[in-house]
Amino acid sequence: MPKTLYDKLWEEHHITTLDSSESLLYIDRQYLHEVTSPQAFEGLSKKGLSPWRLNANIATPDHNVPTERGESFKTENIKDEISKIQVTELDKNCNKFGIKQFDITSINQGIVHVIGPELGYTLPGMTIVCGDSHTSTHGAFGCLAMGIGTSEVEHVLATQTLKVSKLKNMRVKFSGEPQEGVTSKDIVLFLIRTIGTAGGNGHAIEFAGSYIESISMEARMTICNMSIEAGAKVGLIAPDATTFNYVKDHSQLSEEEFEDAISHWTSLVSDNDASFDKEIAIDVSLIKPQVTWGTSPEMVVDFDQEIPNLDFVDGENKRNFELAKKYMGIEENQKVTDLKFDRVFIGSCTNSRIEDLRDAAKVVDGKKVSEDIIEAIVVPGSGLVKEQAESEGLHIIFEEAGFMWRDPGCSMCLGMNPDQLKPYERCASTSNRNFEGRQGNLGRTHLMSPLMAALTAVNGRVVDPS
Amino acid sequence: MKIEGNELIIGGVVASIDRDNIDTDQIIPTEYLKSIKKFGFEDYLFDGWRYLDEGKLGVSKNDREQNPDFILNQAPYDKATILLTRDNFGCGSSREHAVWALRDFGIKIVIASSFGDIFYNNCFKNGVLPIKLDKNKIEDLFQKMSDSSADLSVSLDSKKIFQNENELYSFDVEDNLLERIIYGLDDVDMTLKHKDKILAFEQTRMKNTPWIFSND
Repeated sequence: MPKTLYDKLWEEHHITTLDSSESLLYIDRQYLHEVTSPQAFEGLSKKGLSPWRLNANIATPDHNVPTERGESFKTENIKDEISKIQVTELDKNCNKFGIKQFDITSINQGIVHVIGPELGYTLPGMTIVCGDSHTSTHGAFGCLAMGIGTSEVEHVLATQTLKVSKLKNMRVKFSGEPQEGVTSKDIVLFLIRTIGTAGGNGHAIEFAGSYIESISMEARMTICNMSIEAGAKVGLIAPDATTFNYVKDHSQLSEEEFEDAISHWTSLVSDNDASFDKEIAIDVSLIKPQVTWGTSPEMVVDFDQEIPNLDFVDGENKRNFELAKKYMGIEENQKVTDLKFDRVFIGSCTNSRIEDLRDAAKVVDGKKVSEDIIEAIVVPGSGLVKEQAESEGLHIIFEEAGFMWRDPGCSMCLGMNPDQLKPYERCASTSNRNFEGRQGNLGRTHLMSPLMAALTAVNGRVVDPS
Repeated sequence: MKIEGNELIIGGVVASIDRDNIDTDQIIPTEYLKSIKKFGFEDYLFDGWRYLDEGKLGVSKNDREQNPDFILNQAPYDKATILLTRDNFGCGSSREHAVWALRDFGIKIVIASSFGDIFYNNCFKNGVLPIKLDKNKIEDLFQKMSDSSADLSVSLDSKKIFQNENELYSFDVEDNLLERIIYGLDDVDMTLKHKDKILAFEQTRMKNTPWIFSND
């Protein structure tokens, strides 16, 4: 029977079928961070267990870390006492169990979904889990990667397996060439707008088509990263030459191991006649830059389009739209381009990689952050991204324009560290969630691409990129 | 949970929140994820809607400015054991803290037309039962809960929902998952019964795809 990529990954890791409809899958890699791991380690200790396969696990602190650290910053220098406890706990647990951690002092520290691929710990065909829903990012390498809860983190530490039910197969084919100023972020926002935040529930989404084949690993990661915002905890892209080149540059594999692996990795594609439970085709050449206007990632418009008027939306959406408009401080007949912005955030596991920073820098070069903007920050996804950007002089472009150039972490994507919106502040953000209060109590988030966020910083408003 | 006759019944007050796509950031905001404990999240459930002031981990509800318009601040819903809501409840972040907050508040059942996948899984690890019903039944329930006393009871054995002894609907949930809730079974213990199979699988995988283990 013809198989999808997801079917193949499922079968390759399938240990046994359990009494329920669930199966036991072998987990190749687990990423750990400070927020969703302490209770898992505690559970492991209480049972008197140790990690099943120590080196399957890689840890780094990212959610809580301050992004103004400077030289020789250590965990004990974190000012927020509660954040410090959590980061200290990760240090302690990694030391106690012997888990490899890129701690706050390491050049390799960064957002877990940025460092995994860049340090070569994410390899095609792996099963990858992490107590973080954006683990779907690693699907860009043809991995079966998904976010899990803390009980499951403990389960994977203890058994190297996960109990899961098989998902349905969904494929999204992107064809065509994008217009000038349209990035992979716009394309994934357009998808979420089209199928809704529950559109992928119960499915693994494979992204395919000529557009996907043409884009870089960074752009692919942005798309897989936000498959969870379309409801799918698994997003996938079949590995190809682009993938193999990236892996060759980043992994620690020997020449021999790499050659051996590549013959296996090339089999990780959906068979020609494989059937999908749901299929969607999107022509990306029709897509304009996308911006969210509301409090759900499906509340998206073209940057120059009117925000939906309540008179013209039906029952169910009306209730949701009304609440969202009120929260966001949006009046009838307004466009996103009419809104005045207060802050700009360029960063997060969606858009903090080198390409994202280059995109933003290109727009900012020689310009100044608008006087209307209280603060614009660039937070590289990792120490290595930061180092690379600095070697290209990007930090100078940003700083001369009036941006703050920060140290790596999740930062204002979720405001667990001091980078937060104040009530009613409006933010142009390259992150992934515009939920109420996500970036700070009563803060207002508009999701967009790094290019559009950089333009917003310079103009104080969303403007036409062309 | 109590046993009536031979039936396992969960019953109580139903709090209704008429919204789609309630994400886990609304169920429990990020601030409280700084806790390194697995319990004690009851005061932070729906924090952004429940209080008028901004909270901090460790500050109890008695020291907060409660929003009188929010249902969980009103009697009898402040003792609710069942939550009724709409589509895609628990979407977004994988934080299990969202289920811990519901559990610690006393919510034992969430009824919705659909759930976020990761949240749905997390429920069964913590004794909270998510029940999926068709949209028209959800609509009907919202009507019933606003028209009369907001009380329901749910039989875990027959998988049926009752109002004042009258059967309303049956629901579908896998027996195996239900048993985890009823008996509070621990997944790690259950999985370790398959230890030999896991070891054998791992040995074969090391042979077939050695690069996966190259940093071991």
